[in-house]
Amino acid sequence: MESIQYGLFLLGAIFCAYRAIVSKKILSATIYLACISALVSATLYLLGAAQVAVMELSVGAGLVTVLLVYAVSVVGDDALDPASVIPKPLAFVLVGMVTILLGFMAFPAIQTNIENSSIALAIALWQNRVLDVWIQIALIFSGVMGVLGLLSEKTPGRTEEIHQ
Amino acid sequence: MFTPLNVILFGVVGLLGVGFYGLLITRNLIKVVMVLQILIKAVILALVLAGKLSGNMGLGISTAATVLVADTIVAVVGLALAVQVRRRFGTLDVPKISTLRG
Repeated sequence: MESIQYGLFLLGAIFCAYRAIVSKKILSATIYLACISALVSATLYLLGAAQVAVMELSVGAGLVTVLLVYAVSVVGDDALDPASVIPKPLAFVLVGMVTILLGFMAFPAIQTNIENSSIALAIALWQNRVLDVWIQIALIFSGVMGVLGLLSEKTPGRTEEIHQ
Repeated sequence: MFTPLNVILFGVVGLLGVGFYGLLITRNLIKVVMVLQILIKAVILALVLAGKLSGNMGLGISTAATVLVADTIVAVVGLALAVQVRRRFGTLDVPKISTLRG
């Protein structure tokens, strides 16, 4: 039963991912991306990672979708994906080979029994990985400052005002 | 064969495959950011799965949260860059942008 649930969620996510990639309109692709986020967060919740599921749902399906819609509204007519440079059959064959190889390499990891050394999330995050937390905080601030700088409109300079 | 963890592993590999395919065939800069998002979702799932497999769920969740934060910043900055590129060069086509000067 659990396998069927996981299978349905992940097949849905893979289908949405494929539709997001092949759809010509970026707005449609944005909606498909939000669906992938929702399905992946449901899978994460079933896996027992409720904290990450909530973050994924709020950030992936919420914030990133809003930003993508904003970007599409700004770029307007350019929100169409032109035909690919690499022939699609070649890309498909290459990716198929890589995916099969990845599957063969990753599959034995599932069968390995590693001893249980469970650490609570709070200890893992706030004690063992405290440096990562500080880096995350710095990353968030730098991201906000970068976006403020990048999205700012170009203001007319003093010389332009004089000429006008 | 079809245990829950095997199914999740197949899902992760499938999402990664679709993401790689998208990276190869996509030319629009905004869509490249979207494809990166798909790849990162697969990675987050793989990290939580690894945590579950090793019996160290706390470490898997905290690592996935770190990746999620970094991924969001990548998306935000990437989209802002795409908007600025569109304003400056008038196109979002990656091959055209890479041949432009100025």
